[in-house]
Formats: sequence, structure tokens, C-alpha cells
Amino acid sequence: MGQVETTVNQEREVRYRRKKKRKTFDEMTYHFMLLPGMIMLFIFSIVPMFGVVMAFQKFIPAKGIFGSKWAGLSNFTYMFQLPDAKQIFVNTLVIAVGKIVLGLIVPIVFALLLNEVRLKAFKSTIQTVVYLPHFMSWVVLGTMLTMIFSFDGMINNFLEFLGLERIMFLASNDWFRPLLIVTDTWKEFGYGTIVYLAALTAINPALYESAAMDGASRWKQTLNITLPGMFPTIILLGTLSLGNVLNAGFDQVFNLYNPLVYETGDIIDTFVYRMGLINMQYSFATAIGLMKSVISFVLIVISYRLASKYAGYRIF
Amino acid sequence: MIQSKSLGSRLSRLLIMIALILITFMSLAPIVNTIMVSVSSSTAVNAGRVYFFPVELNFSSYGQILNDTKFWRAFLISVERVVLGGAINMFLTILMAYPLSRSVAQFRSRNTYMWIIVFTMLFSGGIVPWYMVISNLGLINSIWALVLPGAVPVFNVILLMNFFKGIPKELEEAAFIDGASPLKILLQIFIPISMPSLATIMLFVIVGHWNNFFDGIILINDSSKIPLQTYLQRLSLTRDQMQNLSVEQLQQFNKISNTTLNSAKILVSMIPILLIYPFLQRYLIHGIVLGAVKE
Repeated sequence: MGQVETTVNQEREVRYRRKKKRKTFDEMTYHFMLLPGMIMLFIFSIVPMFGVVMAFQKFIPAKGIFGSKWAGLSNFTYMFQLPDAKQIFVNTLVIAVGKIVLGLIVPIVFALLLNEVRLKAFKSTIQTVVYLPHFMSWVVLGTMLTMIFSFDGMINNFLEFLGLERIMFLASNDWFRPLLIVTDTWKEFGYGTIVYLAALTAINPALYESAAMDGASRWKQTLNITLPGMFPTIILLGTLSLGNVLNAGFDQVFNLYNPLVYETGDIIDTFVYRMGLINMQYSFATAIGLMKSVISFVLIVISYRLASKYAGYRIF
Repeated sequence: MIQSKSLGSRLSRLLIMIALILITFMSLAPIVNTIMVSVSSSTAVNAGRVYFFPVELNFSSYGQILNDTKFWRAFLISVERVVLGGAINMFLTILMAYPLSRSVAQFRSRNTYMWIIVFTMLFSGGIVPWYMVISNLGLINSIWALVLPGAVPVFNVILLMNFFKGIPKELEEAAFIDGASPLKILLQIFIPISMPSLATIMLFVIVGHWNNFFDGIILINDSSKIPLQTYLQRLSLTRDQMQNLSVEQLQQFNKISNTTLNSAKILVSMIPILLIYPFLQRYLIHGIVLGAVKE
């Protein structure tokens, strides 16, 4: 009896050890798999983070980070004194908020319209076409839009045809921001529609049937069933966009702006680029960039918290 | 679904169709216009007579492109970048997404890695320190400057990780009991059933590399090594030159620049995207919704 028991125990012991060994082996494999990517992230994302100390220095490239003199907060106080800085902050906020609001409304309306279509081929053709601008670069679109919106371009010819004045869209401080907001929405609305269409397919068709029996028109059905059904998705995307209020879109502005519209079109990212890499004011540019990074980081964390609280969304 | 047959609802459906067609036309209008400009004569273009039909049909701009070695050199650099960068991106994304999709019980350090990775996505040192790191590594003017700094697309890693997490446990448990190693499980189970997700990510990666003009501007000084989008960006007047120009001079500049030729170049640059887009976009809905809305 006793001998049988010990062999059973021994077997259990062996199996346990084997399992543990296996687990350690598997975990080592996981570490190895992550290694190359982590090295890349370390070099190109984490090392630059230490570079932010430049913001508190009077950085001179020849002396490097370790040789340059400390400047305390002088780069930041300079930033707050500079009249341009306030203007750029305002530009960024106005452009970004405009894009967020219009970029939220247009896809919702478009998804609702598309949802009314029963012809499958028609629907999918439209979808494929309207996503397309999302996949083109702002270099390409910038050139196209410059052509269309130029003083003697298509839009202005049309305005003249209607008996209106020609407008210098790309050189006018009144028109440049609306132009940025509208063209960005134009580029992205088809892509934004995808998520709303998915939300619409999740709505129970029985709801529509019973509403139709009760005599509700399509419009009533849209108002009382479809819209409420989309609501959680709208809330979620709205909340997540909070993290983007300082991202007014570098690529777009960079490819469309010119010195005539710096007053209304210059945003934090383009300003940092010009200060840092063109005018070589490294410390000052880093200070502004750091300011933006910190505010954005806080906003993103808040928006993710809100999204997980009210919409049950988690990124990982 | 019950469709009302009344006149009112028919009329409203007709109106919706018309609205949709108009919106779709608006999405295409700039592209159609650019195509027409590229196949019209310069005089007609400068006179502002070209809209959605060619005027004085003329393909000479495409003939000019054929002989433009600078254009094709930039084109090839972009192709090289997409192939090299795309391969590295896909390799690292898969290799990182798999361990991160494990539970903490399976992989104790999982959350530590996750926090580091998400942090690098949300916070950055800014463009100046980033530039200095790349320049100190001696990567300026090499293709590696365009490929290595973005080697890990963190957003895509999270997208794929969430997809891996959704794969039924039973599938890998059977392989696990048979003694399959993690690598084998990844290669023989996870990758084959993740093809729709991988196609979506591949589309993102290819488009991202192809469309990026900015790192070509700051990381490549040698104009014979710039990628295509940077080349196109330089065709339109560089912003710094415009600093001191008056409104009249700006208009003058638009006149003399060769709009027809530039339009043709832009369209040729879009061909690769237009070729892969139809094949990969049908996975798009699946892939994006997965990343955006999660239960």
C-alpha cells in the first residue's frame, strides 16, 4: 500500500515539475518574442523622452545635453510672453474642435442616409468610393485642393457663375480655418461612417417591424429606434475625440498653409516644426512640444477613463 | 423589413438616393478633375476651362513622366520603403501582439510590457529629441531613417492583440496539450485564422509608408534619396521660399508651375494605392470595428 502511494506522489511531483518547466520555457519564449520590438521602442520612443530635458536648458548642439547650461523655466516663461504663442494655441483649439464636431456629425448623417438604401451593390459602391480619400496623402490632396480652391480655380469659377465675388480661400484669414475643417471632414467622413454602420447592423430588426405595425413612418423609426441605437457609439467616439483637441492635423496644415495665413492657420505642430528644425531654436521648440505632449497625455487618459466608465471601452 | 409603398416614402427614398449620389460625386470630384487636367492641354488648364471633361486631349505629360528619372528614382525609393518597412512592421506587430494577448496567468510580465507600450503611444519626447536620436545614430540620408523609427506601429499591435484575445481558447488548448510550443501555436493556429485582421493591418502599414512625406523632408537631405511623396511635396513651392512673396507673386507662381505635369505625377503616385485598395478594403470594416468598439 505505502509503496503505491509514494509512486503516485512521485508521479505527481514529476508532472508538476514538468509543467512548471514548461511554463518557464513558454514565458522565456514570450520575452524573446517581445525583445526586438522593445529594443526599437526603447531607441526611437523612450530615449527621445529623456531629450525633453532640453526644454529646461539653453541647449547648444555642439555641447550636447550634458554640456549645455540649465535655464530653469525661462523657455516656458518666454513662451507665455510671446504673443504668437497664444494665437497658435487658439488656432489649434479652434481648428481641432471644428474638425471633431463636424467630423462627428457628418458620418452620423451619412450612415443614416446609407442605411435607408436597400440595394446592396449601390450601397457598397458608395462606401468604397467615399473611403477612398482617407487613403490618399495630404501632399496629393493638398495639391488637388490648391488647384480647385485657387483664385482662378473651379470653385471660384462657380462662384462667379452664380454672380458672387471670387475668394482667395488659401490666402484669406477668414476662409482658411473653415477650409481646413471642411476639407478634413471631406477626407475622413467615409472612413468614420464604418463604425456607425456597424452599430446600425447591431440594432434588432424586430424593433422596426413592430414600429411599422404601429404605423410609425421611416422618419419616426429613424428618430425613435435608429438614433437611440447609435447613441452609445456616438458617445464613445465623442469621448475618445477629447484626447485630440490639441491635434489639429500637421500634414494637412503643412500642405495647405502659407505665410499669409499664419495668423489663423498656424498650429502648435507646425510652429514647433518651424522653430525647432528650420529656425533651430531647439530648447524653445522642445518646451512647446513638451507642453503639448503633457496636456494631450492628460486629456487622453481622462477620455479613456470616461470611455471605460460610460461606454465600457478598454484599449487592452 | 416592411417597406411602405406610399408616394411619400418613395419620394423620400428617391431624394436620399440623389443625396447619396451627390455626396459620392463630391468625394470623387477632385480626383476626376485632376485626371482631366493631366490629359488636357496646358493652355486650356491655365485658362481655367478644364472641369470634368478633357479639353484639347493631350497625353504629353505622361510622356514627359516616362523620361523623368528623378520621379522614378523617388518612386523606387518609396517602393523599397514600403517593402522593407512593411515587412518589418508586420513581423514586429505579430511577434509582439501574440505574447501580449496572453493572460497574466500565462505570462506574468504581460502588464508591465503593456504599460510601457501604451505609454510610448500616448507620450512622446517631441520632434527635436526624436530627430537628434536618429541623427546621432547616423541614419540621416539612409533608407533606414524612413523604416526603423516607425518599426513598431503600436496602434496596430493593440489592434491585433485584441483580435488574438478573441480567438477561442479551445483551439490553442488542444495544441498545448499536444505539447506545441508558443511559436508553433502562433504560426500554425493564430496567424492562419487572423488573415482578415492581418490584411487590414497590412493596408494601414502600406498606405502609411507610401503616404509619408514628412520624414523624407527632415531626415533626408540628399534629394536623390527622397521618397515619392517628399518629391511631390517639393514640386509645389516650399513654404520657406514663400515667406516673402506677395499675393500677386503667389498667384504668378501658380501660373508658371506646370499644373498638367504635376497632376499627372500625382495620379501616377496614386496607382499603387489604387491597386491594393480594392483587395484589402473588404476586410476593413471587420478590422476597424474590431479596434474601435469592443464589448
